[in-house]
Amino acid sequence: MADALLETKSLFKRFGGLVATDNLTIAIRPGEIHALIGPNGAGKSTAVAQLSGQLAPTAGHILFEGRDITRMRMPTRARLGIARSFQITSVLKDFTTLDNVALSVQAHQGHSFRFWKNARKDPTLRDPASLLLNELGLGPRADVITAELSHGEQRQLEIAMALAGDPRVLLLDEPMAGMGPEESTQMVTFLKNLKGSRAMLLVEHDMDAVFALADRITVLVYGRAIATGTPEEIRANAEVRDAYLGADDMVA
Amino acid sequence: MSTLLIENTLHGIQLGLLIFLLAAGLTLVFGIMDMVNLAHGSLYMIGAYFAYTLIGMTGSFILGVFLAFFATLAFGIVLEKFVLSTLYQRDHLDQVLATFGLILFFNKMVQVIWGPAGLSIALPPWLAQKIEILPGVPYPLYRLSITLVSLAVAAGLWYLITQTRTGMLIRAGASNRKMVSALGVDIKWLFTLVFGLGAGLAGLAGVMYAPISTVFSGMGEEVLIQAFVVIVIGGIGSVRGAFIASLGLGLIDTLGRLFLVDLCKLVMSAAAASTVGPALASMLIYLIMAAVLVWRPTGLFGRS
Amino acid sequence: MSLDIRSWGVREIFNFLLITILALVPVYSWMSGNTFIITLVTRALVYAIAAMSLNLIMGYGGLVSFGHAMFLGIGGYAAGIMAFHGNTNGLLQFPLAFFVAGLFAMIIGALSLRTRGVYFIMITLAFAQMVYFAGVGLEAYGADDGMTLSRRSRLGPIDLADRNQLYLFCLAVLLFTVWMMGRIVNSRFGMVLRGAKSNETRMLALGFPVFRYRLAAFTMAGAWCGIAGALMANQAAFVSPAMMHWVQSGDLIVIVVMGGINSLFGPVYGALAFIIVEHQLSVWLKDTWQLVFGPMIVLLALFARNGLDDLFKLMGGRKDGRDG
Repeated sequence: MADALLETKSLFKRFGGLVATDNLTIAIRPGEIHALIGPNGAGKSTAVAQLSGQLAPTAGHILFEGRDITRMRMPTRARLGIARSFQITSVLKDFTTLDNVALSVQAHQGHSFRFWKNARKDPTLRDPASLLLNELGLGPRADVITAELSHGEQRQLEIAMALAGDPRVLLLDEPMAGMGPEESTQMVTFLKNLKGSRAMLLVEHDMDAVFALADRITVLVYGRAIATGTPEEIRANAEVRDAYLGADDMVA
Repeated sequence: MSTLLIENTLHGIQLGLLIFLLAAGLTLVFGIMDMVNLAHGSLYMIGAYFAYTLIGMTGSFILGVFLAFFATLAFGIVLEKFVLSTLYQRDHLDQVLATFGLILFFNKMVQVIWGPAGLSIALPPWLAQKIEILPGVPYPLYRLSITLVSLAVAAGLWYLITQTRTGMLIRAGASNRKMVSALGVDIKWLFTLVFGLGAGLAGLAGVMYAPISTVFSGMGEEVLIQAFVVIVIGGIGSVRGAFIASLGLGLIDTLGRLFLVDLCKLVMSAAAASTVGPALASMLIYLIMAAVLVWRPTGLFGRS
Repeated sequence: MSLDIRSWGVREIFNFLLITILALVPVYSWMSGNTFIITLVTRALVYAIAAMSLNLIMGYGGLVSFGHAMFLGIGGYAAGIMAFHGNTNGLLQFPLAFFVAGLFAMIIGALSLRTRGVYFIMITLAFAQMVYFAGVGLEAYGADDGMTLSRRSRLGPIDLADRNQLYLFCLAVLLFTVWMMGRIVNSRFGMVLRGAKSNETRMLALGFPVFRYRLAAFTMAGAWCGIAGALMANQAAFVSPAMMHWVQSGDLIVIVVMGGINSLFGPVYGALAFIIVEHQLSVWLKDTWQLVFGPMIVLLALFARNGLDDLFKLMGGRKDGRDG
């Protein structure tokens, strides 16, 4: 596992009596899409929260490029190259689309203790942000206040903000949540195009998307990883089938 | 010296209980409604003014005190229904502004009705005497009575919160608001109940303390800010935290005023100590709050 | 405010009129012999400067501080204590007020910003009360009663003892403050501050250590309010703990909200409105003016939370008025 970019070692997270993460050891390799699936309440979002630094684990370690980052706070991890999107859309609602992405660019240009120059007229922030929005097809919506974007557009913006900092790892917490079938298909295509350029941890309920995208899949049940493997291996795994209680549709 | 110490310790406990009566209701209002109510101190003040008038009107101290308590309670509930309940869904800035406006209004209103000068309430002779609580230690009977009443109220509150179903809902609400509404409990009813409870306690404090302190416009805010310090130290939503912090601060504040000048004399000249000592004593509880914040930003019993 | 007149909306026109009127107040006062108006408007200017500093953290940073007047007092006392000891050089007094208030703000901010929401409001109020008691404890400088400044500040050729010079100096500081705040809130730093108000978790996830930026803003706001405090000391030729009473902190919040939170010029309108309303009500109602003013604040909170900002929008100002 020496080739892992981001990994957890025997991670535990307890909330009172509830064990949300139970001895979780997973590794995300450079360039791969690693999907994290499991029934509701399996602890997927809790795992993402710990990887991103939003939650501190009760025990265990998190390593990034072999370096222990367990105690490191969220902003520091973000600047190391761990970017994330949120399950519930989290953008700056009263800013424009371009502002949102420009802020992400700004976060990765060193400290922001710069008090004088107008940030909205700074080409080193605006140009890369515009470029990225154009690539993602959000260009025409650059000057719209984000609260007025459609749900699908907001989800895309989430990804754009995560990408703007040129991260090493993307943690995507249900990027297709609440999307219509058409928007979902677009997102899958989009993520497919990104594939290989950076490692991704994909938490997703949409099994079509997961099996279309993932290189490897880890199945989480009650906070515990019951299987890790290629999509074919996971399909064939009896324990996984049991966990989903005969949910044949997951392999549909 | 030991008489002085005992007397001041009792004063400290009494001050702590006074702050607790305000802080207990307020910490629940903050915890359950996530609402900043600066006008809580006004209820304390109005309780005291009501006591002044009603004792005078009825000619009976006990009857006046009882009537004043219920009048303040009614006043608090009317205030909640007509103004404060419209603020629950607003952000903190709205709540701060609106309740700040209410304070300005109430503080002036009492001056218009009762006059700008401070008022005092005379105790009936049977309550104005001192009794010997320990051999050679006399203590005012009235102060002793209100300490005992406050303790009884604290015990009653403890029973309500830990031993009854209503109390369970209040506790659940203070630690997790969403859960209570998810349980299908009528949250509005709970809000009114908690607010009424808080108003009643604040009014009771004002009514009881009126005879031993001057009744004046603005008397509520001094205690209110001390109650804030108690809530910050104890943790929002924790009545137990408020109780412990109140007693601690009451004692520290009272004994600090007694001893700090002497303590300062150990490290500086007598003249400097007599200036620094009292100033430091009045800042003491805030310094303790700062220390607690460094150590536990959400208070001793707050949820993190 | 852009210098290109063609791009001006209602807001810019009003701002321009406001500056013109403010600049003409001394002329009017000189011609009419009415010296009271200049004293009154000087007070409004000082309040406006203090409120603008509060607006940086409250309007743009979303941090409701109920203790901002403590920095008014600290700045005032810094200048007053120097004057008491015979030093009336404003070139020393004002920097001292700035640095001492900034230092207090840094320490108090570092403690208060560890908390959120209701806690933050209570804690800033409590710290302000602590500083208030410290002021009451300053026996050498008048304790409760405060002290009168025997001589106002001199800054090189400018003598603040002269009513008109004081007025123009306050106006200059005010305009500089507007310009400076305009730069700050639109800078990278300002974007982080405003972003954190909008969505703190998102800003953390993007890689901004939000606490540091907020602390810097809190410190800057405190330091700048110290300047306002030194001006207030000069205006009244008097400092006392009352400068940092909690009602004063509340008044500053009211001023910011009245003028329209989130707008640069808002506190200037707010301060003028506040001073005028306070003055007019106390002319009509003598010392019972709070009976009307209190309910007015309640109504402001309930129905007109964006203050004059809404008015400008109604009159056809820019849709996105947050920067103007």
